[in-house]
Amino acid sequence: MKIHEYQAKDLLREYGIPVPRGRSAATPEEARLAAGELSGKVVIKAQIHSGGRGKGGGVRTAASPEEAFAVSAEIVGMQLVTHQTGPGGKKVHRVLVEEAADAQRELYLSILVDRSQRRECVVIMASEAGGMEIEKVAAESPERIVSCAIHPVVGFSPFQARKLAAALHLNSEQRKAFTDITRNLYRLFLDKDCSLVEINPLVIIGDGRLLALDAKLDFDDDGLYRHPEIKGLRDTDEEAPLEVEAKNASVNYIKLEGNVGCMVNGAGLAMTTMDMIKMAGGEPANFLDVGGGASPEQIEKAFRILTSDPHVKCILVNIFGGILRCDRVSSGLIQAAKNIEMKLPMVVRLQGTNVAEGRKMLNESGLRFTVAEGLYEAAQKAVSLVG
Amino acid sequence: MAILLDEKSRIVIQGITGAEGSFHTREALKLGSRIVAGVTPGKGGATLDGIPVYDCVGDAVEKHGANVSGIYTPAAFTPDAIFESIEAGVELIICMTEGIPVLEMVRVKQALKGSGARMIGPNCPGITTPGVGKVGFMPNFIHKQGNVGVVSRSGTLTYEVIWQLTNLGVGQSTSVGIGGDPIVGSGFKDMLALFERDPQTEAIVMIGEIGGTAEEEAAEFISSEVTKPVVAFIAGRTAPPGRRMGHAGAIISGGKGTAADKFNALEKAGVAVEKNPAELGRRATEILEKKKNQG
Repeated sequence: MKIHEYQAKDLLREYGIPVPRGRSAATPEEARLAAGELSGKVVIKAQIHSGGRGKGGGVRTAASPEEAFAVSAEIVGMQLVTHQTGPGGKKVHRVLVEEAADAQRELYLSILVDRSQRRECVVIMASEAGGMEIEKVAAESPERIVSCAIHPVVGFSPFQARKLAAALHLNSEQRKAFTDITRNLYRLFLDKDCSLVEINPLVIIGDGRLLALDAKLDFDDDGLYRHPEIKGLRDTDEEAPLEVEAKNASVNYIKLEGNVGCMVNGAGLAMTTMDMIKMAGGEPANFLDVGGGASPEQIEKAFRILTSDPHVKCILVNIFGGILRCDRVSSGLIQAAKNIEMKLPMVVRLQGTNVAEGRKMLNESGLRFTVAEGLYEAAQKAVSLVG
Repeated sequence: MAILLDEKSRIVIQGITGAEGSFHTREALKLGSRIVAGVTPGKGGATLDGIPVYDCVGDAVEKHGANVSGIYTPAAFTPDAIFESIEAGVELIICMTEGIPVLEMVRVKQALKGSGARMIGPNCPGITTPGVGKVGFMPNFIHKQGNVGVVSRSGTLTYEVIWQLTNLGVGQSTSVGIGGDPIVGSGFKDMLALFERDPQTEAIVMIGEIGGTAEEEAAEFISSEVTKPVVAFIAGRTAPPGRRMGHAGAIISGGKGTAADKFNALEKAGVAVEKNPAELGRRATEILEKKKNQG
């Protein structure tokens, strides 16, 4: 789960990590008041779940509360396009108003889980190349990134931060501050089941202090059950409406750009079905894992979500009947198609126990089912139906 | 022979009285699996179809010589269940549970180190050795005893491929689902090493997916350590970056973990990569036949 920068900075503040003074505002008037509480120049930052906001015009400065009002009036409500949002962009509902910092140096600091088999532990990464995309730094000049692995039992030890600080060429005063920031950031990472905490840039300002100028926090979805306070930070405005609906119905769904809808049991088989649609010359409209069991209730929910996407022209159903027999899957499909008055053509490919009976039921149902046997054949039939 | 699950396996099921645990225990019994005990804290003294239920794994080990545990407990209780199995001296832990926080798995991996226990999963369909039995979710009818080792990160896609093999008359030595989480007990590499040593296994089918570097690590291992032919498929060529495709571990992040990278790494390692999963079974069959003719 992702959260906004202002929420991330609230958490950093709670953990004693220095961030610029400021607060979030949902209206230009609130932004004017927020700017009034600060002295001098302020920065107005659009709050959407995306990097690259500055380039898209979502980060601007204002010299006075009045200017903060005017700038915020332009940002709040705009459709902000970045390299991460896609061409449609994301609507801005809120801005962060904070004091401008005179950054002398821009550094990078992050904590994440390294899942490679040689490590499988938490890793701290730092770089002198702050303010840039770290993926770009990693690709072009990997020697500029330093990292250290944290032993799960030993935990963080200050020498690790000192080593990183030395590589960042910090002076002794700054090393101390950097060690504190790193220790607290690691504490936050563990406490809240984070999957990524990233301060980019971590700046050194004119008086020599370190400040987290931007912050990104991602959380492990599987850890959310034990952090209700984090769960409460979810912003459904940032998600595709159909995905929110699917999540509420416990259907594993991701919207894509194509027009061949698909419903599959199991995540690996669902990805494979998307790959097959593409291989057959079509474009998948979604990823949808209806669950290994493919119960009639789940099938109906999935059908409702698929048919709510106006781009979907045909639905490909791919179910491997394992524990659940194919005839039961067929009766679930027929029932669900009737209940929602399905208008779209459907290609159904069943495999597993009682498959012949299951196929016969679909053929005799009088509904718009095209039965396919092979995996690739099913994809070809679905693609041909969208024309 | 086969790998992991064999004639010497004596299985204890943790979470045996739950809906999933009891259902899959009964299914596994139909396949001949030697399930000697169950564990559900607070239900010690009960039985499930004649299988004794205990409060602690240690009792199942002591009284019945259990050396394999299958775990079906809810995610919040699962790290504890795993630690208990390790402490009781179980040799093979097979964990089906989905939804364990990654940081808990970091602790689990630490506990496994040097313990003598091997873990498969979590978030996996388990292991089946045709002719011996199974622990996990794999449907009973898809298997046939034979010489192909199957190792995969997914569930139903694995059943699909096993079923393809069986329909072509090609049996399996053992089929292992290693799980779809970012950190799992055993990786592709570990399973490839076991299949390489197993005299029954003549060829290996490997099914990977986007996210992480397990397939790249496997490729490196194959090029230096594996002499048996490997056929591989990677799911998720059309998956968008930055999105979690159902499995917690199936995510392309920072441009890393793409299907294209994995296909390339495997191809370089001399693996027979197959981009059409409908052809995986046929491809493996051809390779086996070719091997027979040569040798």
